[in-house]
Amino acid sequence: MRFWAVICALFLISCADNPATSGPDLAVILADKPAKNLSDYGLIKKAEVGFQATSSLHAYELINPLFTDYAAKQRYVFVPEGKKAEAQKDDIVSFPVGTVLVKNFGYAPDMRMPDEGAFLVETRLLIHNEAGWKAYPYVWNKAQTEAIYAPVGKKLNIKTTSPDGTSLDFTYAVPNANQCKTCHQTGHDIIPIGPKARNLNHQGQLQNWVNWGMLAARPQEVSVVPNAFDLTAKLDTRARAYLDINCAHCHKAEGSASNSGLWLDWNETSSVRIGVQKHPTAAGRGAGGFIYVIDPGKPENSILPFRMLSNEAGIAMPELGRSLAHLEGVDLISDWISQMPEN
Amino acid sequence: MKKIVLLAGAALLVLGACSNEEMVAGFDGPKIEVAAGENFAVDLQTALIEAGVGTRIELPAGTYKLVDGLSLDVAGVTLIGAGEGETILDFAGQQGAGEGLLVTSNDVVLQDFTIRDTAGDGIKSKGADGIIYRNVTVEWTGEPDADNGAYGVYPVESTNVLVDGVTVRGASDAGIYVGQSKNIIVRNSLAEYNVAGIEIENSSFADVYDNTTKNNTGGILVFDLPNLPVMGGHSTRIYNNDVYDNNTPNFAPPGNIVASVPSGTGVMIMANENVHIFNNKFANNRTVQVIVNAYINEFDDETYNPLPRNISIYDNEYSGGGEDPQGLLGEFAKAFGGRMTAIVWDGVTKWSGEESVDINLAINEADNIGFLSLGVGSYPVVEANLKPSPFRPGGKAGTAPSPVKLPQEQ
Repeated sequence: MRFWAVICALFLISCADNPATSGPDLAVILADKPAKNLSDYGLIKKAEVGFQATSSLHAYELINPLFTDYAAKQRYVFVPEGKKAEAQKDDIVSFPVGTVLVKNFGYAPDMRMPDEGAFLVETRLLIHNEAGWKAYPYVWNKAQTEAIYAPVGKKLNIKTTSPDGTSLDFTYAVPNANQCKTCHQTGHDIIPIGPKARNLNHQGQLQNWVNWGMLAARPQEVSVVPNAFDLTAKLDTRARAYLDINCAHCHKAEGSASNSGLWLDWNETSSVRIGVQKHPTAAGRGAGGFIYVIDPGKPENSILPFRMLSNEAGIAMPELGRSLAHLEGVDLISDWISQMPEN
Repeated sequence: MKKIVLLAGAALLVLGACSNEEMVAGFDGPKIEVAAGENFAVDLQTALIEAGVGTRIELPAGTYKLVDGLSLDVAGVTLIGAGEGETILDFAGQQGAGEGLLVTSNDVVLQDFTIRDTAGDGIKSKGADGIIYRNVTVEWTGEPDADNGAYGVYPVESTNVLVDGVTVRGASDAGIYVGQSKNIIVRNSLAEYNVAGIEIENSSFADVYDNTTKNNTGGILVFDLPNLPVMGGHSTRIYNNDVYDNNTPNFAPPGNIVASVPSGTGVMIMANENVHIFNNKFANNRTVQVIVNAYINEFDDETYNPLPRNISIYDNEYSGGGEDPQGLLGEFAKAFGGRMTAIVWDGVTKWSGEESVDINLAINEADNIGFLSLGVGSYPVVEANLKPSPFRPGGKAGTAPSPVKLPQEQ
């Protein structure tokens, strides 16, 4: 008893004295239940304003991010020392137990100047513990000194100016823990979405991961998705890359929308499966009165852009994770459908 | 017993702030009572997330407004209200999610509550084996409306599904819809003012009995559709159901397959195999009491069989019906004095380019029960090729599928 008291006292003192040096707490990371505070994991500096990453976190960037109401995002990965992730050609990087994927969501009053007055809304953690991946949402307090576990999510009013200068005033929905699972589900497991080799393979990133000791080796062969908004890339691959990151986590054989038979993974080759002249399955009014998911040459008659453009529950796709339509994404998919030869 | 106490204790720590936690007499597990009041929605969703395996979550009587979809991913949870029409989860004004309640865990029981006016589907359970829907109402209030959600009760990609004593009203697709599943019982349920009352789709081993389907566009549908992960639906028994007055105009949004069901349809069997329809009471379905037909659209799926096969219809009671046939059947009926027979088969025996096959349609009804084959031959319909015939095709009824047994009832 006294022994533990002494240990605890030492620990508390050391924390109080030197917050910057407290490292990742694997006991907290590997626990069955989420920690109450984001800083409890030891991945960020305590009692500071904003998200101050410790040196154990590595920032990374995806070629294509998932759209979330024009929020600015930052991504970090923590891999326990001495362990390494492995990457295959096309799959999600296989991260070792103890890995934490961290994603911050924030805004600035004017997203054309994203650094001025920037504030954090939420931080989502994907933690790989012995039982598999867990998905936990944390919501930042007003003072921006801590993010608190929010199992039922939260609704927040956001006022900002979008990157193209449009005034936005909307309800941002922090997902609840189950909604995190809905998108991250494969069969009955939870897996990450963004960090697939094909979506990480730019700016020397995979090699950096190897250099930092996080990744065993670069895969021999990696397919590369184009940036969906790189106008120098082919329209077809840009559209497929966009659907891959924004839709395919549910719209795949093992995903939450498997029963629709609409599968939008980068590697899907069946034109019916990606929606060309495919009838809606369980869409109801989400079909918008249209006959096909994709009516070649006719985006205005196609269910896919119709649902991407809608913000109404029961119609809007994705069902979760956005309150606003991604107009640039709708344009991309509409252009892609326009250039398909009509039958 | 110790384990249960620990579970309850853990749940108490998490939920103590918002709910009452206690052991229930006669119930061997942890229980959460969600309290009525302002925090109901948050408390309920918290309970659904943080409940331990096997928890019983109780909802008090009252009407509760919810603006976001609920979801449950914990096995063995019983979500139980104070009764249909007593505990009402009101989703008018729902802002998020594609359904009112989504269940993705096994061995869940949903019982004794009403879900109303969801933006999308009512209750969806996906990959949720062993589920029980018991004495639950899902309804859209007001007149039937294309803006209502598609499905009321919507188990999909699941094994061992029990729908018992459920009521669904107003779904713009199917009231009770079981899709891409196997081992299914739908019984003692009421489906009214939906486009389809009860629909079994791309599923196998289903028993549909002791239900009432009335005032839908179509009463009971058994379909198999192409380009879905689970296909080849077969072995369904439809018996002891009351199927009447399914004359509501079709209000499904176009594009959905049920939008092609003519108003006034009792039972429709499309492209499915080994379906037995017996001991039902059909009355006053204005287009047709029972219709058997092939898939009507073009498709691109080599694994798909668009024809109905081994369909048996026997020992049913028929009254009225067929007096005001709608849609394509209405057009056909003009050549037959404007009325349609009790039983109709489209007469499709082959898909374009393929050989004609014997689909084995067996009809064993009294001689005075009218039958018509439209003699379409193959789709698309070519008027000049139609060979209508009043003679029953003379198929032989095979053995009916064995009664479905569900582990949750053993």
